[in-house]
Formats: sequence, C-alpha cells, structure tokens
Amino acid sequence: MNPMSTAFTAAQHEGRLAIHRHRKRVNAVALMLAIGAMAFGVFWLLWILFETFWLGLGGLNLAVFTEMTPPPQADTGGLANAIFGSVVMAGLATLLGTPIGVMAGIYLAEYGQKTWLGSATRFINDILLSAPSIVIGLFIYSVVVAQFKSFSGFAGVLALALIVIPVVIRTTENMLSLIPNALREAAYALGTPKWIVISSVTLKAARAGVITGILLAIARISGETAPLLFTALSNQFWTSDLSKPMASLPVTIFKFAMSPYENWQKLAWAGVFLITIGVLALNIAARVFFRNKH
Amino acid sequence: MLAQGAAWLTLSLLVGIIISLLIGAAPAIKQFGLGFLWSSEWDPVKENFGGLVMIYGTLMTSFIALLIAVPVSFGIAIFLTEMSPGWLKRPLGIAIELLAAVPSIVYGMWGLLVFSPILATYVQQPLQAVFKGVPVLGAFVSGAPVGIGLLSAGIILAIMVIPFIASVMRDVFEVTPPMLKESAYGLGATTWEVVSGVVLPYTKSGVVGGIMLGLGRALGETMAVTFVIGNFNQLNSLSLFEAANSITSALANEFAEAGEGLHQASLIYLGLVLFFITFVVLALSKLLLSQLRKGEGTSA
Repeated sequence: MNPMSTAFTAAQHEGRLAIHRHRKRVNAVALMLAIGAMAFGVFWLLWILFETFWLGLGGLNLAVFTEMTPPPQADTGGLANAIFGSVVMAGLATLLGTPIGVMAGIYLAEYGQKTWLGSATRFINDILLSAPSIVIGLFIYSVVVAQFKSFSGFAGVLALALIVIPVVIRTTENMLSLIPNALREAAYALGTPKWIVISSVTLKAARAGVITGILLAIARISGETAPLLFTALSNQFWTSDLSKPMASLPVTIFKFAMSPYENWQKLAWAGVFLITIGVLALNIAARVFFRNKH
Repeated sequence: MLAQGAAWLTLSLLVGIIISLLIGAAPAIKQFGLGFLWSSEWDPVKENFGGLVMIYGTLMTSFIALLIAVPVSFGIAIFLTEMSPGWLKRPLGIAIELLAAVPSIVYGMWGLLVFSPILATYVQQPLQAVFKGVPVLGAFVSGAPVGIGLLSAGIILAIMVIPFIASVMRDVFEVTPPMLKESAYGLGATTWEVVSGVVLPYTKSGVVGGIMLGLGRALGETMAVTFVIGNFNQLNSLSLFEAANSITSALANEFAEAGEGLHQASLIYLGLVLFFITFVVLALSKLLLSQLRKGEGTSA
C-alpha cells in the first residue's frame, strides 16, 4: 500500500472522490456538447443539400438547357441564356484575373518577402479576400457602368475578375513558398537567371497547387451574385454581346426565387441545383487534383 | 518588373475602391454629414436619407449569427481536434469545408423557401402564443407569422459562418504543441480541462481572430440576408420576426433602380460604411491571427 493514501481519513478520501466525480461530469457534459455541435453542423449541411437535390432534380429537364428564360406563368422555358452568360463571364473573368493573380503571387513569394510592398500587398490581399463582394460591385459600377452609362456583361467580367485575383494570389504565394530553397539554389548554381528559375523550376514544381487555386477561384465566382446585380444586371434574352446587359445563373435565380410565380421558382431550384453541383464538383476536383500531384 | 506591377495593382485596387466610393457618396456626405449614421429616415420621394435602419439590421443579424455560431464552432473544433477517431477526422473536416464553399445564394433560397415557413410554424407562432400580452418579450416576437426577419437572417448567417470559424479554430487548436497537451493529460487532466486550461489560453488570439473573420463574412454577406430579411425599412418594433433591412440587402434591392443623385449617393454612402466596418474587423482578425503565428514555439 502507498503510505500516502493510508494518511487520508475516510472523509478526505470521500471529498477527493467527489471532486473527481465532478470533474468527470463536467468533462462528459462538455464532450457531449461538442458532439452535439458537430451533429448540428452536419445536420444543416445534409438538410440543405437534400432539399437542393430533391427540389432541383424535380425542376430539371432538357428544356432547362435549351430554352430561354420564360415570362411569368409560361408553360415552357429554361435557363439557357443564363447558363451561357454565367459560363462566358466566369470564363473571361478567370482568364483576366489569373495572370495578374499568379504574377502578384510570384512577386510575394519570390521577390518581395521582406519588402514593405510585399507585406502591404499581403495584408491588403487578405482583406480583399474576405471583403464584401457587393462593395466590389459598387466599385465597378462607379468606374465602368456609370462612365459608359450602361450595364454590361463586360462590367460583370471585371467585377468577377477582381474576386479571382485575391484567391489566386493567396494560393500561388502559399504554394511557391512550399518549394524547398535547395531547388532554387541548385538552379542558380547552374547560372540560371532568376526569371527562368521562377518560370521553369519553382512555378513548374508548384503547378498543381496553382491550378488548385484557380479551380477554387472559379468555384467561388460561379456562385457570386452580389457583384453582378448592378454590373451585368440581367437579360431575358440570349446575348453574346459583352457591351449589353447579360443574364447570369445566380442573378436569374435571385429574381425567380423571390417571385410568386410557380414556374419561376421551379426553374430557380433547377438553377440552384446546377450551381451547387458545379461548385461542389470543382471543389472536390481541386482536392483530388492536388492530392494526386503531391 | 511585371510581377511587381501586379503587386502594385492589388494595392491600388484597395485605394481605388475607397476613392471611388468616396466620390460616389460625396453628394450624400455633403448633404447629411455624419448624422446619416443615426437618422432612421429613408424616403426616396422626399430625398431624405439616413442609414440607421440598415446599419442596425447589419449589426443585429451579425450579432445573432455570432451568438449561435461561436459556441457551435467551438464544439466542432474540439470534436475535430480532441475527440474524433482518426478515420472520421478527414471526411468531417472536408464536409465542414464544403459547407463553406456552397454559394450564399443557395443558403438564401433554402432559407426563404424551406426554412422560414418552418421557423414560422414551429417557433414563432408558439412563442407568440406564450408571450401574448407579456410586455417586453411579447414585443420581441410580434410580427406577421411568415418567419422572415432579423432572426431568420441571423440563423442563416450563422449556418454560413460556422464553417469559417470552425475551420480557423480547428487550425489554431492544432498549433498547440503536443508536448503541452500531453503534459496536462499526464497530470490526469480531463479532455475538457486540457481544452479550457491549455489549448484555449495558448490559442486565445487565434480563436478571437477566427471569430472576427466570421464576423467580417457575416457583415458583408449579401444574398443569404437579402432573401430572408424582408427588405422593409422600419425600426418601430424591436421584434426579431419583423421584416427589416440591412446594408447589403438595401444595396441589392434598391441600387439598380435608384436614379442618379441623392438616392444612389446615399446607397454608396452605406456601402462605404460597410466597407469601413468590415475593413476594421478583418484587419483586427488578421493582426490577432498573425500574433499567434509569431508566438509559435515560444512559451505561452
């Protein structure tokens, strides 16, 4: 027997056991609450996904992809012009935003780690990354739409590009800084100029990560509604003219879902289903792609 | 240098946003000054504007959202870092991250068409029946039983920001050196005592930073709020179930239709206020999070 324990009186022993029981009880309650919280989070995810799939599949048919957005209470109609507008604007925004984002990311990781410009840009970029997207819409409205006196698909592209840039900068910088310095030094030792080291050694090694970032950026902008509301506006008809107002899937969903018309609401569910599937697929693709290369 | 130019472009973007908002809001700033912030008048016909209703709506919905989201995210982070069996960790972590990727319009539409009818039938109406005639509490739950208003906007926002806060908390919890945790476990501490006595003090600034990040998201969120807040400029009733308005929903609904002039300038003024608030919140969150990173490896 432990000589210490024999020194306790029975009452002291009982007191200690009580404290012990209390501590265990507190612990059990806290852990139960943690499990509850986890279940709470997963519960919403499952509920939202279930409703989206259930109601979305109900509204989905071939006409959704082939016909134009209908007037209220029409029998037929689809989302073809909105889908087209979304694809065009998201595609062009990615083409426009990616090079700028990658370049700035390269600057942050390879040139400006310690300079004031580097740290200032990093700070600003983190803020832009979570800045309200509707403010980006206001910005583009005042510099583009108000100047040209017309809502346009092009303004929508610019607004989306401004959202792409910070996402791409962040991932590019993170991925480049993961590349071991020995790789850079080996290239320098061969007498390679810096821009070749970056373009054909470090950027190449970080390619999978950079592409992951671009995929995530596309996923982000394909669901963005707020910056398009007063830049691209919307359009009831098919247009590929970027100087005219252009329909997009999210804005159309917004308009249709808020309406009292049943056919519009049904199309809105089909649209939400398409967006959710698209965004989740892009996210999963980005993960799988990144994991396979690393 | 091309790369340096791109960095400059990013910097000038922020300056450009601020300048363009200032220019756009100039007529309203000149007309109403700072009094804009506490006047609740919003009358496009008489061209008399004040932003109090929207600012109150934005702050109140974000407050409700944090009230729900912070404890839940904390629980999720504890579960993911301390309790979850290894094989469940990854899939649950990914599920939470996917929840963060779902576009806000999906939450908004779900909130309007699925969630608010349920909230009205099973929460609002029973509460109204219980608190009928009770002075203060009765006022809090008054309003048409449609489940639209500050409370549903706050709940939808909470669901939206939980993944952001939870994943930051999980990441900072994992920063805690295993040695510290193991020492505490070795002394016989329970899981809860390790979390509250070791992990939380060590990661305090990171946790607050994560909450601020979620707050920044909630303040600036547009679509999820616009769908369920009801878009009605009133401050007459304190009810959480009465239709209200927030900065973002006012912008989303009125801006495209607002004629050039004072109405539009006032809306841009609101946008400027929103940008200012989120800028401060996000900058604070960034500072707090980087503080934790600096402290890594040193004594807590």
